[in-house]
Parts: sequence; C-alpha cells; structure tokens
Amino acid sequence: MSDALEVLDQVGRWKADGKGVAVATVIVTWGSSPRPVGSQLGVDDAGNMVGSVSGGCIEGAVVKEALDAIKDGKPRLLDFGVTDEQAWDVGLACGGKVQVFVEKVN
Amino acid sequence: MKAETLAALQDARAKRRAVALATRLSDAAEALVYRDDAKGELAGDAAIVSAAHRAMDIGKSETVDIGGAKIFLNVYVPPPRLIIVGAVHIAQSLAPMATMLEFDVTVVDPRGAWATTQRFPGVKVIKDWADEAFQEMGLDVSTAVVTLTHDPKLDDPALESALKSDVFYVGALGSKRTHAKRKERLSEVGITDEMFARIHGPVGLNIGAKSPAEIAVSILGQIIEVRARRLEALSAPKVAAA
Repeated sequence: MSDALEVLDQVGRWKADGKGVAVATVIVTWGSSPRPVGSQLGVDDAGNMVGSVSGGCIEGAVVKEALDAIKDGKPRLLDFGVTDEQAWDVGLACGGKVQVFVEKVN
Repeated sequence: MKAETLAALQDARAKRRAVALATRLSDAAEALVYRDDAKGELAGDAAIVSAAHRAMDIGKSETVDIGGAKIFLNVYVPPPRLIIVGAVHIAQSLAPMATMLEFDVTVVDPRGAWATTQRFPGVKVIKDWADEAFQEMGLDVSTAVVTLTHDPKLDDPALESALKSDVFYVGALGSKRTHAKRKERLSEVGITDEMFARIHGPVGLNIGAKSPAEIAVSILGQIIEVRARRLEALSAPKVAAA
C-alpha cells in the first residue's frame, strides 16, 4: 500500500508542475503475476515512470498506452497474458495474466 | 482520476484514515468511500459503497461487478501499527523487527532515561503516559498494543485504554501469577472478564523464548497470527444460518 502512495506522491508533484500525467493500475490478476492488484505505475507526458505494474515485462506497452491516454483523455483497459500474442511480444513470460486500467489524471 | 481525488488519498494517509477509491472502468467515474462518508459521482450508489466497505474490512483491492458495470475498488488502509508500552530491553528487539514487518512502530514510556531516540533509532518515541499518548494517537482496528514494563503503574492504564478500544491485538508481558493479579486490579476500573480475555498474557506464542530477541519473535508471531486469522474470517464468504 505504501508503494501505491509513493506513486501518487510523485504523480501529484508532476501534476503540480503542470505536466500531463496518467496512472496505470493492476485491477485483476490470474495465476502467478509479479505484482498484486492495486499496484500502480505513474507516467508523465515525457514518458517518465514511477512504480510498477509487473516485474518490468509490460511497462513498455503500458507507458505507450498511458501517453495516448494523456493525449485523448480516454481511459483504457489492457489485457496481458500468456495466451495473448501481444503479451509474448512485450515479454510477459512469467506465466500470469494481468488486466491494467489506464487513466489520465484530470 | 481527478486531481482532487489524488489530494484526498494523500490526506487520508496522513490522518491514518482508511479509504477505498471506487472507479467505474467504462468511464473512470469515481467515488471516495470512507467508513463514515462517501464522496464523488458514484457516492450515491449504495451497492458500490457497501462493496467498498467490505473491501476495506479485508484490506484487499478488487474488481467487482455491480449492476452490470465493472467497478475497481482500490483500498488504501493505513499500515498496521504497533504501540509498545515500555522502552525496555525487549522493546529494543521488538521495535526494529516490527519495522521490518512493515508495522508503523511507536514506543511509549514516560521515563525520560528510557524513552530516547538513541535507544530506538528509526521509530517514533513518545515520552508520556500511555493512556495520554493513546488519546493523542487514536487507537484503531489496525493497531496492536503490547505492554512490557512489568510496572502496574505504567501497564495498567495502557491496558485499560486498549481494552476499551477496538485494537486488533492486546498483549501483556508477565507470568500467569502477575496476570491473575492484573485481572483483579483491572476489574476495579470496569474491565469485565470478557474484556480481560482479549489480553494475550503471558504474551507471545509458546516457543520457549528466553532472550529479549526470542521473546520479540514470539510476540510478533502471535500478532501476525491474530491479524491473519482476523482477515481470513472477514474475507470468508458469509454462510446464512440454517
């Protein structure tokens, strides 16, 4: 929990500096996923990250979606898992599945 | 997420106030749900508020389906807190071990020579009588209280306050004989047998602990167990009475 709040602290600082910011949150996990439900990743409009939503395997793809969310303001629901071609592409080889919600901080 | 929501989450943490953020995944509409209050666009939905309360009780974030809409409940509960009454030798082992277990640790002792930050680096030290310190701090359901002084003048007021609150664990150092005498004294200040039974005394799991560090392990083992059983019971599905 303290992790999540450290993420929100950084997100708050970015926001106060006038940056565009998005937050990605793990909302469902199946099997062995590296980070529990509630884990968060903050992203600013320059692609800087704070926190994590996996052991590092899907962050790249999540950041890309977060940058799009900052631009268009729309929330996104992302699925990653071993059965998913895209997940293999981004390297979620840990055997679990995760669903990540990405939203802009308004 | 709204910037005000972010600020409210940070404020709740500073005040050790439990909160759940409910987010509708289709459109990112939100509600901040506290134990006694709810704010935001979804705050008027009783089913969402009730699901958020349950998630706070078990301390677990989850996605739920309410009326066909997917709602993510992100729970922010204050970290468990351990209040150690008596800045004694056992406390010097107990405080750093509890910190490793991610407890928010406070040591309380009115005796100035004992309650020093030098003896307890990295944890909060309050030089005051326990009952007064408790009033200032506010005891809550995520707090454990352990008394270690062996001195009724110091331990008894702490136990009395702890038993009159809803802390999840109360432990008191002392032999069975000491504990029996303690019961007599506390009954005079309105602690019933039922309330007294909440005290884990002699404190700690019976693992043959002798040294201060071993006793600290036995106390923390018991606190972990009590906390885990409580959370298990809360998260178990409720079975209707036959």
